[in-house]
Amino acid sequence: MKRVASSLMMAALLSLPAAGRAADKISDGVVKIGVLTDMTGFYSDLSGPGSVLAVKMAVHDFGGKVLGKPIEVISADHQNKADIASTIARKWFDEDKVDVIMDLPNSGTAFAVMPVAAEKKKLTILSTAATTSITGDKCTAYNIHYTYNNWMLANGTGREVVKSGGNTWFFITADYVFGKSLEEDTANVVKAAGGKVLGYARHPQNSSDFSSYLLQAQASGAKVIGMANAGGDTINTIKQAKEFGITPKQTLAGLLVFISDIHSLGLETAKGMYLTTSFYWDYDDQTRAWSKKFQNHPDNAKKAMPTMTQAGLYSATMHYLQAIKAVGTDQAEPVIARMKAVPVNDFFARHGVIGPDGLHRHDAFLVQVKSPAESKYPWDYYKIIKKIPAAEAFPSVAAQGCPLAVKK
Amino acid sequence: MQALFGQLLVGLINGSFYALLSLGLSIIFGLVNVVNFAHGAMYMTGAFFAWIGLSSLGIGYWPSLLLSPLAVGLLGVAVERTMLRRLYQLDNLYGLLFTFGLTLIVEGLFHHQYGNSGNSFPVPEALQGGSNLGFMYLPRYRAWVVLVSVAVCFASWFVIERTKLGAYLRAGTENPKLLQAFGVNVPLMMTLTFGFGVALAGFAGVMAAPIYQVTPSMGSGLIIVVFAVVVIGGMGSILGSIVTGIGLGLVEGLTKYLYPQAASTVVFAIMAVVLLIRPAGLFGREK
Repeated sequence: MKRVASSLMMAALLSLPAAGRAADKISDGVVKIGVLTDMTGFYSDLSGPGSVLAVKMAVHDFGGKVLGKPIEVISADHQNKADIASTIARKWFDEDKVDVIMDLPNSGTAFAVMPVAAEKKKLTILSTAATTSITGDKCTAYNIHYTYNNWMLANGTGREVVKSGGNTWFFITADYVFGKSLEEDTANVVKAAGGKVLGYARHPQNSSDFSSYLLQAQASGAKVIGMANAGGDTINTIKQAKEFGITPKQTLAGLLVFISDIHSLGLETAKGMYLTTSFYWDYDDQTRAWSKKFQNHPDNAKKAMPTMTQAGLYSATMHYLQAIKAVGTDQAEPVIARMKAVPVNDFFARHGVIGPDGLHRHDAFLVQVKSPAESKYPWDYYKIIKKIPAAEAFPSVAAQGCPLAVKK
Repeated sequence: MQALFGQLLVGLINGSFYALLSLGLSIIFGLVNVVNFAHGAMYMTGAFFAWIGLSSLGIGYWPSLLLSPLAVGLLGVAVERTMLRRLYQLDNLYGLLFTFGLTLIVEGLFHHQYGNSGNSFPVPEALQGGSNLGFMYLPRYRAWVVLVSVAVCFASWFVIERTKLGAYLRAGTENPKLLQAFGVNVPLMMTLTFGFGVALAGFAGVMAAPIYQVTPSMGSGLIIVVFAVVVIGGMGSILGSIVTGIGLGLVEGLTKYLYPQAASTVVFAIMAVVLLIRPAGLFGREK
């Protein structure tokens, strides 16, 4: 008995220094991931609770621990307001010991939180925010832009549509930083491909009636109407375009459309539309396997298939945790260096590399929405028209012009 | 010039919705003296009832046009009987706060159940398509919206201003105690008026379902504008609500033609000016 006790004591003593070291390496003895997202507003179906679920699934699949320390996921609703987002971010970093903030739908909130994280030397991994300058002139050393950006969305759709004859464009644009940036990116692509931009109409975010903007688009005679908006705005634009007999005479180009939008619109209304996506659940066996797991998860009350931003968050969380495991600490600098050094190849990202500017460049897809007759089973919504290789899908480091990454 | 006509017509269509909603709000305020903040939620509920009817019970648009407002009206009657009634003797700020709370609860419930992307309600077959007016393509359904809204508004105005029942209602607005002394059941009248007012909102919701995506937040965006309409028209003035509803729709359409970015604020700018010059509203009377 005595011997057992003493050997236990011995073991305890021996393990002490090791435990002490691991505690140092993992700040506060826990890796804490904060998912800051839109839980109830316009973007809550495409990110929101599904984003939180994706991160939690990744933590669970990783084993719930890294370097022997627990991984915790917390979440909050920023209500799409930049001031609320930055307040929560400060509290999370200062009081709640959060190591990384993820998701951040709507670029306004992303721009509010990124500088806070950089100041506190903590990470941000953006999935739903889309503005290109996140990894351009507004880049920070502590940020990764994981799933897509406006440039990718604009290029994939813009270039292909112009190539197939849609050479005159009119934009219906959400009147805030994201919409304008998306419009500008697409207009540049259209012009570069030999097309012409005939005009634009800017509407306040969260409008419900788009008929007057659609009338302007109709009057312009443009072959293509580019929708530089998102969420419910896009849904209502598409719906009313059909009502006013604009489609199929003029073609709609969705610049930021999610599978959740198509699901709620129905194929009859959305059919024939082109869009660019970085993920489609029905692409191959790997994507199907993960997506079905997501769909049938008990926390996924609506049994919805994952959107690209939710799938991206799972992949990002895995990549982040693997980086911590590899470098043996959760300190931001070595972790982000590791994340940039190791390529990403999983169900979500093919040929993925995170550049020195923090932009994750990976393959993307140009797809067309199926008609009801072409759709064979639930959520069978997209025809893949073209796989866009990573180098074509995203802007080069030089083009992005992030001051941290461009050598002078 | 063509574009201007188009925008004015679109304004007229939106104005019909404003008129329909502000009419209900005005009737309720006039007689029950409650600023019904839940009006937008009732509009949304009407649209959702129509969608639920179609998707799970197979009830089409036409029966829904009657059944859904009826259901919303009954809901309103229940709310009035069990809860709102207790607040009548208090300042009408309490009624406003109560209905505001009710809005948050109702929207939250629908959001929890149906998510935020919403659901599509197809345009009924008989009203699909449209005609080219030369200056714009007018979907048949939108024309229908204008016709029905004007008809319903006129009918409501006629009942209230030109019939005996309407005379009771107006008398109740002026002096409920005196009216009760004449043997009229004023509490019942108030219940039914509240029910009718919210049923109008439910009706507007069904009318809106094929145009807008049916989402839990569809009412909260609209209700603010509708309140502005009621304030500009004069609180409680039936004619004021109808005329200003349609008028503001037109002004909004004009703004969308001239400077679209201001479209969401122009109504409030007008409201501020009207409040400064005529605090009781264009058609209202100082009390």
